[in-house]
Amino acid sequence: MLDELDKRIIVMMQEEFPLVAEPYREIAEKLGISEDELLSRLKGYRQSGKIRKMGAVLRHREVGYAANALCAWIVPDERIQEIGEMLAKDTIISHLYARVPKPDWPYNFYTMIHAHTRKDCKVIAQGIAERTGLQEYVMLFSTKEWKKISMQYFKD
Amino acid sequence: MLTEFDKRLLNIIQTDLSFEKRPFALLAEKLETTEASVIERLKFLKDQGFIRRIGPFFDSTKLGYIGTLVALEVKEDCLPQVASAINSYYGVTHNYEREGTLNLWFTLLSPNLMKQDEILETIRSLDGVVRLLNLPATKKFKVSVQFSLT
Repeated sequence: MLDELDKRIIVMMQEEFPLVAEPYREIAEKLGISEDELLSRLKGYRQSGKIRKMGAVLRHREVGYAANALCAWIVPDERIQEIGEMLAKDTIISHLYARVPKPDWPYNFYTMIHAHTRKDCKVIAQGIAERTGLQEYVMLFSTKEWKKISMQYFKD
Repeated sequence: MLTEFDKRLLNIIQTDLSFEKRPFALLAEKLETTEASVIERLKFLKDQGFIRRIGPFFDSTKLGYIGTLVALEVKEDCLPQVASAINSYYGVTHNYEREGTLNLWFTLLSPNLMKQDEILETIRSLDGVVRLLNLPATKKFKVSVQFSLT
């Protein structure tokens, strides 16, 4: 499990990353630990999967990906694993989840698609439908972004 | 506008900043440039708003959080109040208005299920909320936003 220092490191790593030659030394100093300790813990988190990747998050509208569609699909239970694994390889899909269906909302599989235009999103969804043979889906285009942040773990 | 160099830099730095003492020097090597110019350009791209943040992407489940996706049907004239009430929760990371009957969709991370229930019950009872669907994941196949800039 995570100890107190782990939580302090995670909180600190969510702060502005120093754009200097030795950023980890600066962060370690603020934490009052050695740079080696910090780096070895960070590598440990990556090994255990607590950190999925390390790098920059882009503002997708600024870099030209103006359209995003959440696509909800109806996938037969016995095909969820197969289709999930197949689509996970597709770099155009950023988020891919099987979810609980509801009586008045039978969709049980969700793909998040980012593209330059709405039309591109539609073409991508059609492509997924063709490749998987799935017929029933809805495209939920966003019309307004009310909130989009990175989660601030262990800060509340 | 983004230069060719910026695009190459952004493509690499989305996934490949290393946990080594001179991470930007390693990037510079791959890009065949200097550490100083990588740092300078990153500052620029951050200032200009192309980069939202630099840092690790954590796996919320492995840090002990429980996530879900929630869809709401909200009366049109109540949307702004409902959206801002939802935004006030710390664990709400994405909140989008979308086309269709279910017109507000948000993601919520909570430290435990009890807390999640409590938040969802409060939201369900807000003025203008007609319907709330809690759609927790049964299987996570992929969570990775990565843009290919060409």
